[in-house]
Amino acid sequence: MSNTTRFDAIVVGAGPSGNAAAYTMARAGLNVLQIERGEYAGSKNVQGAILYADALEQMIPDFREEAPLERHIVEQRIWMMDDKGHTGMHHRSDDYNEERPNRYTIIRAQFDKWFNRQVRDAGATVLYETTVTDLLRDAQGRVIGVQTDREGDGYYADVVVLAEGVNALVGQRSGLRPELRAEDVALAVKEMHFLPQETIESRFNITGGEGVVIEAMGTITEGMVGTAFLYTNRESISIGIGCLVSDLSRVGKCSPYQLLDRFKAHPSIRSLLEGSEMKEYAAHLIPEGGYRAIPELAGDGWIAVGDAGHFVNAVHREGSNLAMTTGRLAAETIIDLHRQGQRCTRQALGAYRKRLENSFVMKDMKKYKDVPRMLEKQGSTIMDLYPRLMNGAAQTWFRVDGRDKKAKENAIVKAAWHARGLGLLGDAVKLARAWR
Amino acid sequence: MSDTIENRLFQNRYIVDTGQPHIRVTPHETPSEALQSMVHVCPAGCYSKNEHGQVEIVADGCMECGTCRVVCQDTGEIEWSYPRGGFGVLFKFG
Repeated sequence: MSNTTRFDAIVVGAGPSGNAAAYTMARAGLNVLQIERGEYAGSKNVQGAILYADALEQMIPDFREEAPLERHIVEQRIWMMDDKGHTGMHHRSDDYNEERPNRYTIIRAQFDKWFNRQVRDAGATVLYETTVTDLLRDAQGRVIGVQTDREGDGYYADVVVLAEGVNALVGQRSGLRPELRAEDVALAVKEMHFLPQETIESRFNITGGEGVVIEAMGTITEGMVGTAFLYTNRESISIGIGCLVSDLSRVGKCSPYQLLDRFKAHPSIRSLLEGSEMKEYAAHLIPEGGYRAIPELAGDGWIAVGDAGHFVNAVHREGSNLAMTTGRLAAETIIDLHRQGQRCTRQALGAYRKRLENSFVMKDMKKYKDVPRMLEKQGSTIMDLYPRLMNGAAQTWFRVDGRDKKAKENAIVKAAWHARGLGLLGDAVKLARAWR
Repeated sequence: MSDTIENRLFQNRYIVDTGQPHIRVTPHETPSEALQSMVHVCPAGCYSKNEHGQVEIVADGCMECGTCRVVCQDTGEIEWSYPRGGFGVLFKFG
């Protein structure tokens, strides 16, 4: 490949959004160059990880035949934790044992490698071990290509798709977007724990390819805004915890891995991991600022997708599906312009925004636009006080100790009133407002 | 279940770009609060305080998350870039 080759599109990054964009454009016959800084796609990427089938099916309907999938999810547990236990909601249904399951646990390094192979098979050129360092511009300031840390003059294209992930260094250093705010990103740490398949299946009451996911919040984050998770893979368990960077740096006491240690040692978790062998420790930022933190998404010759566009629905713990969908919609926008012989100007790429607005992506981002702000202000109440109250109330309710039920009800109400008073009403209103 | 950071990082694969650290702390007398917080916030424990109270970094175990870059963006105490292509952490599972 000569450096003077001009491409229809350059995609920076080979995560879910970059692979979706590159795959979609290559399939449509565009001449695509994808650039990845890792040794292979996935080697720099970290996620829980849940794959949402729908977003991938839009591009590769028969992905289940080949993609490296771990377990399809039949049970969801949502836990509010205090120091000794948890109160939660569990949902399980045999309906999820369907021909085309809806959600899977995956191991990202393996999955991304597979997805990226589909990109190559579709005809894209992929450069590995190459870090994009800058954007190339013409005299009018339009983006016309990228500079990399390889020798040479860089690579040229009609449009550059920034699928570079949460840190978005290229976009930020090129002045296309502001730096991330510490309030808008969470730092998550994660470990991979290996156990025999039978052990996982008996501990979680599952068989065959079934899987369970646990999402937890509460005193485990020490009043900081954050959540923890435990996902069952075929022969391993992914376990992690994340908190807003602004909280972690302010509280200034415990390290993220100490939080993870405490979560692993929690009485509700400990026995699920017993005897496991830890084989990897990872850390990653998650863009959690929501709708208001979405940067400019397109300009003359460039377009941003996935985490680089701040597309994460933190309330529902969705991100990879938004990444794949935004990557695909950006690609479809570019394909349309390419076929019409139009240039990828800021105005022409505005069609991307319209596609996003018409999809679940922007609708969901808008629905929860006020949640991050509410959490910024109400964080410790929601993350610490309410989980304690709930667990206390559950214990009062379920213990049989000679007290009559009316007295128990009164005790529960009194504990809540004592802790929060009229604030209870305010919290309910704020939550309802942020949620609607 | 608790483990040291060294034991954790020992499980990971790295290709270290010897002599070319991708993160540098600029020389300082007294570190800002933001930089000091990195001693506990950095998930790889790359930052430490020396006997003079200055913050130092050994970036070999860095997982390239970017947290220090975000925390210290306003103080200018950190120069941060990704490692050269092919170097740095290599996740087996991610």
